[in-house]
Amino acid sequence: MMNSSNFPILSVITYLPLLGILLICLIDSKRHDLIRWLAFLTAVVTFLFSLPLYFMFDANTWQMQFVENIPWVSEFGISYHMGIDGISLFLVLLTTFLSALAILSTWSAVTERVKGYMVALLFLETGMLGVFCALDFILFYVFWEVMLIPMYFIIGIWGGTRRIYAAVKFFIYTMSGSVLMLVAILVLYFMYYKLTGVFTFDILTYYNLGLPSNVQFWLFLAFFLAFAIKVPMFPFHTWLPDAHVEAPTAGSVILAGVLLKMGTYGFLRFSLPIFPQASVDFIPVIMCLSVIGIIYGAMVSLAQDDIKKLVAYSSVSHLGYCMLGMFALNMEGLKGSIIQMVNHGLSTGALFMIVGMLYERRHTRLISEYGGILKVMPVFGALFLLVAFSSMGVPGLNGFVGELLILIGAFKASIWYGLLSTTGLVLGAVYLLWMYKRVMYGDITKDENKKLKDMTNREYAYLLPIILFIVWIGVYPKPFLDKMDASVVHLLEVVNHQGSMRTDARKNIGLNTNYANKNPEQFAADQRR
Amino acid sequence: MEQVMTTVNLSAVYPEIILALFSFIILLMQSFNRARFKDYYGYVSLIGVLACIAVVFSQPSSFDMRSIEYSFNGMWVVDNYCRFFKLIFLLGTGLTILISIKYLENEGMQHGEYFALILFATLGMMIMASGAELITIFLGIELMSVSLYVLAGYTRTRMISNEAALKYFLLGSFATGFLLYGIALTYGSTGTSDIKAISKFIATTGFQSPTIIMGMALLVIGFGFKAALVPFHMWTPDVYEGAPAPITAFMSAGPKAAAFAAFVRIFMEALPSLQGQWTAIIWIMAVLTMSVGNIIALVQDNIKRMLAYSSIAHAGYVLVAFLSAGELGISSILYYMLAYTFMNIGAFAIITVLGGRGEEKVHIQDYRGLGYRHPIAAIAMSLFLFSLAGIPPTGGFMGKFYIFSAAVKEGYVGLAIIGVINSVVSVYYYLRITVAMYMQDPSTTKESETPALIFSPALVVAICISAYGVLSLGLFPSTYVAIVKQSFLALQ
Repeated sequence: MMNSSNFPILSVITYLPLLGILLICLIDSKRHDLIRWLAFLTAVVTFLFSLPLYFMFDANTWQMQFVENIPWVSEFGISYHMGIDGISLFLVLLTTFLSALAILSTWSAVTERVKGYMVALLFLETGMLGVFCALDFILFYVFWEVMLIPMYFIIGIWGGTRRIYAAVKFFIYTMSGSVLMLVAILVLYFMYYKLTGVFTFDILTYYNLGLPSNVQFWLFLAFFLAFAIKVPMFPFHTWLPDAHVEAPTAGSVILAGVLLKMGTYGFLRFSLPIFPQASVDFIPVIMCLSVIGIIYGAMVSLAQDDIKKLVAYSSVSHLGYCMLGMFALNMEGLKGSIIQMVNHGLSTGALFMIVGMLYERRHTRLISEYGGILKVMPVFGALFLLVAFSSMGVPGLNGFVGELLILIGAFKASIWYGLLSTTGLVLGAVYLLWMYKRVMYGDITKDENKKLKDMTNREYAYLLPIILFIVWIGVYPKPFLDKMDASVVHLLEVVNHQGSMRTDARKNIGLNTNYANKNPEQFAADQRR
Repeated sequence: MEQVMTTVNLSAVYPEIILALFSFIILLMQSFNRARFKDYYGYVSLIGVLACIAVVFSQPSSFDMRSIEYSFNGMWVVDNYCRFFKLIFLLGTGLTILISIKYLENEGMQHGEYFALILFATLGMMIMASGAELITIFLGIELMSVSLYVLAGYTRTRMISNEAALKYFLLGSFATGFLLYGIALTYGSTGTSDIKAISKFIATTGFQSPTIIMGMALLVIGFGFKAALVPFHMWTPDVYEGAPAPITAFMSAGPKAAAFAAFVRIFMEALPSLQGQWTAIIWIMAVLTMSVGNIIALVQDNIKRMLAYSSIAHAGYVLVAFLSAGELGISSILYYMLAYTFMNIGAFAIITVLGGRGEEKVHIQDYRGLGYRHPIAAIAMSLFLFSLAGIPPTGGFMGKFYIFSAAVKEGYVGLAIIGVINSVVSVYYYLRITVAMYMQDPSTTKESETPALIFSPALVVAICISAYGVLSLGLFPSTYVAIVKQSFLALQ
């Protein structure tokens, strides 16, 4: 395959955190600082190992890169098949990036059972990376489920007062969606066997099989349930506020930053290419649910008096955009959706970190407990504003690029979806700015707030890298968008030209150049004027 | 490669002979010098089990040769199917013995009968797996059951244990009656009790009289009782709760597997032509068994009782595989029973340690804060529970995956959906234990005091073997699947 030396880089990245766990297990559990440093170093090394993925990634092909494919359970046709394309590349990078920062962000917030906490975070990282790299159904499913275990413990042990409820709800909610997906996978597997006489769980072989449409309908529904719960789409979102609010800061950052993307990623990797017919049929349903999610999430955010809950509900709204762009099923929408996944990971992750900073200082998340914080923490205030701007999609920052592309895509698909979802943008600005006003401006009403300290060095260390990318993607998104071109074009090919994928495969590489000219950054620049 | 020997072929029963010999040795040791050999019964029986495993492995050749050898005028069969089951039984027995050694020392009840009876029960199971004829199978069932009745009441000073034994005995003998009637009716309608001959008779004559249908129904009841399938499961919770913890572990793995071994052999080899008749019954029983087991387990506070209901539910999953007969279905039963033996006995090993003297701490609230008092025990327990719940990367997941893929292959998609939804339900009660272990603090100071947990080396070995089994079945299933595929029944 393309640019793959024989070095199994994806496996190395995926299992490096496990190596870190092994080392941490050898340390005495009382040496908290050593454990923290080791965990952080492991995550940083993992991130550094993942950087070459970006530079060595060949943007001219839609084919999987850095592929590893060895049989795992050959009796069933299960293989250990890893690989990434332009869609998963950024999710892998986002995961390694956010994991390292998330570990840094709970340096002082978690003081008990540090060892277990760090082990869980690293284990989670392995699970998430596996999900994004796996190209075999069963391998994917294993990682998808495995990742529940550390998250369950992170919420349940280090969470807030209602942590047990939130943890169990998270676990069961997610699992109930995914078991139906397992059955659907099995149905697909035997159907493929009947068609071809081959037993395989290789995801790529299932692309565009031309399944009968009634079969596609039911299988799509099963996959939809699993992914819609994970995204979460309205009305499957109820686990999200509970899990987010109760989770410790790092848990929320990972949950919002990466875990939710597994749902959207699932749609891209499975639902669209495997069930193109059903995907098209389901467009109205999904678009409606997305628009409802966008507006509903924003309205509910507006009504929150708890900052963390507000940010949690804003995720429902933002992920609505991702789904909207994806099911617009055009170039702009899809690319916007993918870049918005990254954006949401960065800006919402940063928002949760900011909430965590406030919480560490005051041990409350109620908006009414704050006010006038800008006077005591000016630098914090500025960064907070920047992140809030990014989240609401102010031009020049990352959120704008994604939302603009998505809206272009949505308007192309249907003017009504476009119009309705634009109201979400307005509401987004309202709830974030209103919250910002109540927390940061005005007079200091509470005595406890008078002596709050501004940002510490450690806090700079984990917030500034995110802000760097927030600005970078906002000003110059080309390096990010270019890498995904070929894969997105190919995905659209698969969806639009059902049943003819194999003949098209050769032409695709040529097609790519046409689309590369349509530089979305140009759109952004035009709009700003 | 099929071979029929009409003569007495002792080599075909070597494992059984070894096992019987060792149980006699234990009984003799006890009569010679009770005080002196007190501590050795367990180890002696362990040697017997190991020797037996070695013989099963080498008998008569490797697993790759799918040899089927009939002997004793066709009453006895040695094939890969029964050998694999025997390995499961012996594994369960070996693990149980490892758990029991310390348990009996704590309770001050080191009698040789205990181990002798365990070996006899195992012998019964092995006869069930190897029986090629209904009466042989019945003898095996009786040997196993009678030994188990005694073992359930082994801690005779405890009221609850006595109750368990009596209940088990009364209901068990009732079920035996059904089984025997079933055998009699089958014999009456076909004129033979030989499994192959029955199938030949039905196939050639196309004979489907009410008597044989009746016989089949009664067999279902009999085996349903032995394997604890709803609606014949009523005895399970009480017996599992009352019996000594190691015996509960033993009962939940081996005898259940044995019941399925014989059940499958009779229904797949003798009555396959009646499949149309039993499919509907088994379908309903599978759904009921999974659902009732899981739903009632949700509200249990006693862990032994909870695992009793969970074991009912697991029998339901096996029924799903049973229904999806064929290569995939049968081999998935073998795989699942192996995984189940590891994970369930592993969980019971932990329960045995934590229960303490007199098994007083068997409630969920007793597990609060365990994750911090005994981190390793809690991690092992979590592993077994996640495996029971079917979360990857454990053997429990691969087993369920195997079973449901068999179900989907045979077109039982509805059943597979009910099954996976059930496994979500089961997650809730397995999680309750991990919640208690990691997320709740003991409410009283007395509880939070670290009880002196007594980990004997034997017990640690048992837990390690189980943990290894659970993980290797989940992460590297390939080798096991290869063996399992060599072992499924040769269907006509």
